[in-house]
Amino acid sequence: MSAGSIEARVRRSLYGARRWHPAEITFWVLALAVFFLLPRQLLILNEIAILGLFAVSLDLILGYAGIVSLGHAAFFGFGAYAAGLFAKHASADPLAGLAVGMGAAGLLGLLTSPLILRGSDLTRLMVTLGVALILGELANSLGGITGGADGLQGITMGPVLGLFEFDIFGKVAYLYSLAVLFVLFVLARRIVSSPFGLSLRAIRDNSLRASASGVPLHWRLVAVYTLAAAYAGAAGALLAQTTQFVSLDVLAFHRSADLMLVLIIGGAGYLYGGLIGAVAFKLLQDVIASFTPQYWMFWIGLFLVLFVLGGRELIHGGIKAVAVRIGHLVRRSPT
Amino acid sequence: MLTILFDGVAYGMILFVLACGLSVTMGLMNFINLAHGAFAMFGGYVTVLAMQRLGLPFLWALPAAFFAAGLAGLVLERLVYRPMYARGHLDQVMFSIGLVFMSVAGADYLMGSTQQFVQLPVWLSGRFDVAGIGVGRYRLFIILLCGALAFAMQWGFTRTRFGSRLRAAVDDARVARGLGIPVNRLFALTFAFGSGLAGLGGALGIELMGLDPTFPLKFMIYFLIVVTVGGTSTISGPFFAAMLLGVADVAGKYLVPQLGAFIIYALMVVLLITRPHGLFARGRA
Repeated sequence: MSAGSIEARVRRSLYGARRWHPAEITFWVLALAVFFLLPRQLLILNEIAILGLFAVSLDLILGYAGIVSLGHAAFFGFGAYAAGLFAKHASADPLAGLAVGMGAAGLLGLLTSPLILRGSDLTRLMVTLGVALILGELANSLGGITGGADGLQGITMGPVLGLFEFDIFGKVAYLYSLAVLFVLFVLARRIVSSPFGLSLRAIRDNSLRASASGVPLHWRLVAVYTLAAAYAGAAGALLAQTTQFVSLDVLAFHRSADLMLVLIIGGAGYLYGGLIGAVAFKLLQDVIASFTPQYWMFWIGLFLVLFVLGGRELIHGGIKAVAVRIGHLVRRSPT
Repeated sequence: MLTILFDGVAYGMILFVLACGLSVTMGLMNFINLAHGAFAMFGGYVTVLAMQRLGLPFLWALPAAFFAAGLAGLVLERLVYRPMYARGHLDQVMFSIGLVFMSVAGADYLMGSTQQFVQLPVWLSGRFDVAGIGVGRYRLFIILLCGALAFAMQWGFTRTRFGSRLRAAVDDARVARGLGIPVNRLFALTFAFGSGLAGLGGALGIELMGLDPTFPLKFMIYFLIVVTVGGTSTISGPFFAAMLLGVADVAGKYLVPQLGAFIIYALMVVLLITRPHGLFARGRA
């Protein structure tokens, strides 16, 4: 077998992963369709889109590179504060604010990435958690800038692209968040199916072997960590912009923990996991909160425990079966 | 200044008693148990209930807390923890966070969200001065009791048959099993003992740390810092880490209160970067 044919095969398999599956197209069409189908739920849908983007961000480092993080809210919150402060003091343009949020969080990711290169899973968990906690304490004590416990108020947003004014029903907010989610998702999809993405998976599966076969371990991890941080920052910026408010809650521990749950519900390592998980999580939260608002935490905990103890394969099997079914339906219907 | 040191040492002692159970599960059994604080909270509530409802004196409520939390640990180990030993770290983290959330909401439901208090006996309250240091009687009591416990544990771990079997089981569970050491029972007992210590620490800490349903979340990070910074291969590692943390936290809160817990988290991150395997890790690269 010549080297050329191997290269051709690799190329073909890479392109194969890039092709859009009918089920994926259905997914995005559905996401757009709910805008018309559920006009009263747009505020929640907006939250789902933001949570989905946040989960995609964690999936990039956890699902693809195998880095466990308990402090991903650090980047979410940092992006939210950056975008909020930018809107308050510099410019009300949403896209510029989004770029600022992403850039700020990405920079933070780059700066903190040396922390995740050392030590074991446990050290990583602790250090990521520590970074989020430090930021939380800082945001609390620097009340002059962040508003402290009262939150960052007085954010006014200009219209998106100078055309679409934000309204109280969340119409523009949802479409804006969905558009950002879609663009960033397509980018992430492209990245994980690139040679870079494959090398990340190699690192995740066996870092020693990956480094032996010439993958620059540290730089790849730094790159993906920075990227994931920028994504989380984008999600935070979206939240700050569409709700026009930032509170200490964006940095709280439970946000990181919930995010883990989202990704675990949906399944890590295939990007859509985060999106499906976000939908499922918000629905679950909605249902539980409607009959026991105060003890919602108990049920989420019970769910986590049962889920880890045994239910995971069940749910993921179910999701996969449904996805395959939809794929078949879509492929059959045009003929 | 010396008062700060004294208070810090007392605080560190409690942290040590709270955390060393965790260092057993996490270091010895390689299980990331974020729910450790829930056992501590359980011990705390047992103390409160025993004193308020049953009228037990404080000194009797302490062993009650120890045994209640230990029993809870034993039962839970049997029921839900054991299947998790072989899982990945991520699963263990998710699982134990789930337990933490449940315990927080459950305690809120059963006991209400208010802060709980206990009435210390008269001979333990108040403070006296020795050479310019303000010595709180209760803090002195804690230092003596926890110091004795630390010595007893160090002795038990290195000198007794139980300790040597445990160390063997930890180093290589398969070989230990082959030698006829009942590894499962040993781990279960150790887990129960660690949970019991957590319960005792929770009971002792009501006065200093407070007790309300958010306890497991609020102090989770402290236990984890003690264990990760202290390393898990010895008893003395977590002990010194707890002392360091206790003194730093108390000093920070007395001297620069506006920074809050910032100092602790920063200290942890710095220590973990410089010594990823703990303060006293034996030559591992």
